[in-house]
Amino acid sequence: MNIITLIITVIAITASLALYRVILGPTPWDRLIAVNLISSKVVIIMVATAVFYKRSIYMDVALVYAVIGFVSIIAISKFLERKGTKKE
Amino acid sequence: MIAYIFIFLGLVFIFFGTLGIIRFPDIYTRLQTSSKCDAAGSVAILIGLMIKEGLNAVSLRILIILLFLLLTNPVATHAIARSAAIRGIKPWRKVNNGERKDRLR
Repeated sequence: MNIITLIITVIAITASLALYRVILGPTPWDRLIAVNLISSKVVIIMVATAVFYKRSIYMDVALVYAVIGFVSIIAISKFLERKGTKKE
Repeated sequence: MIAYIFIFLGLVFIFFGTLGIIRFPDIYTRLQTSSKCDAAGSVAILIGLMIKEGLNAVSLRILIILLFLLLTNPVATHAIARSAAIRGIKPWRKVNNGERKDRLR
């Protein structure tokens, strides 16, 4: 078994385990933590795929996905901090 | 060989981080394991892939992604924790006889 196949398999299994906390987390912050974790794992899967197929275009997709995940986590946490309204 | 050691270390960190996400009782404890899983596991796997690949353009792009993850993951974790603390989520405590106050789901 190739080492990159092992990386992709283990990370996909653990990401689907973290989906448990997304579905029945008690509070919205639990769901936010699990979404942050899955977003970080998808970036690693994309990098491993780019090394496996030797296509460097997947690396740019991984970088853009990391930026979008970071901005969305910051935006949702500020939204929950203001009780879901526009201002205080 | 060094690349394989880094990759297995990262896989172990990621597995136990996800186990902590499922089993821990509170937001803040889950946030701690999530932060370790992101910072240590992702960085170790990316360093292993970078050593395995050698020194070329692909390795340089992996370095850029690694630095970006290393900068932004603690910021996201801190934003989530600050949001939960401002909205008044209390930390989890044990009651006297070792029973858990809020059951695991």
